[in-house]
Amino acid sequence: MLVRFKLNGREVEVDADPNEILLDTLRLKLGVRSVKRGCERGECGTCTVLLNGDPVTSCLILTPQVDGAEITTVEGLESDPKFRELVNNFVNEGAIQCGFCTPGFLLTAYAAVSKQKIKTLEDIKKSLEGNLCRCTGYVKIIEAVAKTVLK
Amino acid sequence: MFYRLPEIEYIRVSELDEALRLLSRKEDAKVLAGGTDLVVDMKIGRYRPKTVIDISGIKSLRYVIDEGDKVRIGALTKMQDIVESPVVREKLPLLAEAVSMLGSWQIRNMATVGGNLCNASPAADSAPPLLAHEAKIKLTSIEGTREIPITEFFTGPRKTVMYKTEILQEVVVPYDADFARSYSYVKVGRRNSFTLSVVAVATVLKVRNRSIEDVRVALNAVAPTPVRARSVESFLKGREAGSEVIEKASELVLSDISPISDVRASAEYRKHLSRVLVKDALLKALERAGLG
Repeated sequence: MLVRFKLNGREVEVDADPNEILLDTLRLKLGVRSVKRGCERGECGTCTVLLNGDPVTSCLILTPQVDGAEITTVEGLESDPKFRELVNNFVNEGAIQCGFCTPGFLLTAYAAVSKQKIKTLEDIKKSLEGNLCRCTGYVKIIEAVAKTVLK
Repeated sequence: MFYRLPEIEYIRVSELDEALRLLSRKEDAKVLAGGTDLVVDMKIGRYRPKTVIDISGIKSLRYVIDEGDKVRIGALTKMQDIVESPVVREKLPLLAEAVSMLGSWQIRNMATVGGNLCNASPAADSAPPLLAHEAKIKLTSIEGTREIPITEFFTGPRKTVMYKTEILQEVVVPYDADFARSYSYVKVGRRNSFTLSVVAVATVLKVRNRSIEDVRVALNAVAPTPVRARSVESFLKGREAGSEVIEKASELVLSDISPISDVRASAEYRKHLSRVLVKDALLKALERAGLG
């Protein structure tokens, strides 16, 4: 079935199966490889995308469900000053080890600093609870987000 | 790809009427709301529906309405909407607190309150607060609408009183100023965040002149359905709140629960934890009532 949605600000149209998962559509049909395949059951957050601005796990969404929606991945935020600041802080704080979880963390963190009222380190941890880092580099990740939002 | 979804017929609707008509006609259909349970359950083969009716686009079922003495919550209201709703935070802080501990931010952005109830997991986080508040559940089919107390809604693990042709439309929660002040939700899982309950306890209470006028205690993950701890409640009613009374009351929870051993914990540990958490929950609610 034909599904149309906005991907990083551009209209896209894909022919999707009714049982197709957004994660697969993004990676296999639209070439968005920053969206990673992890647990495939909503537990690790590495497939996080922003759906109309809110972080969601793309492994739990049927592609036909996003017809008419807006999907944002890290590629769509490259020119956003807040996002660039966040990325720089990830780099400077050493918040990236193997890098596999990084796009998911960046998207959740970006949504958190943009729309959550982040006042404490606890708030940061709470907003990032749905993203796992298999290198367990959490301290640096939290520091990078803190540097961006807690000034 | 580790998981493959079985082939399905997928129908997306934007009106409730349309969903109800389809549901009355389609054999072997499942309703998709947030998808955080259903999609996983289809991946692991727990459910293999022929048809999936996607109601996530029915905008008219996503709302929180303050009606003074009650709050009406649309079935498709996202868990994160509930956590952030000023009405819920003011009038039903127990529900906001419990739901803030459900899943992760990503999951709460997808999961709906109707889905959490219909999935009827014994560990559902929205169930204990709604049981404590004695919410009503509005069920609709093409035949009409009925409203039932949430205390009669769950019948077993993943089982409810709903007919196959029905959709959960709304949750109606009575407002009580005392309950909105004196409440607590305590949850223990295998880790501190983004976790399923090993046991969780919701409490609301009303205190007059140091004695407990009314109290409600509800637990999840300790019986085939989320349950009220009626023995604890009836023991406490009319008694003066003191540490011995609370200690005795929390012991009584054992007659209200029938936990099993599973991947998260043993039945023995759940019994132990239920006693401890009922006590903690009562003390926290009493503290909020000004009897710290």
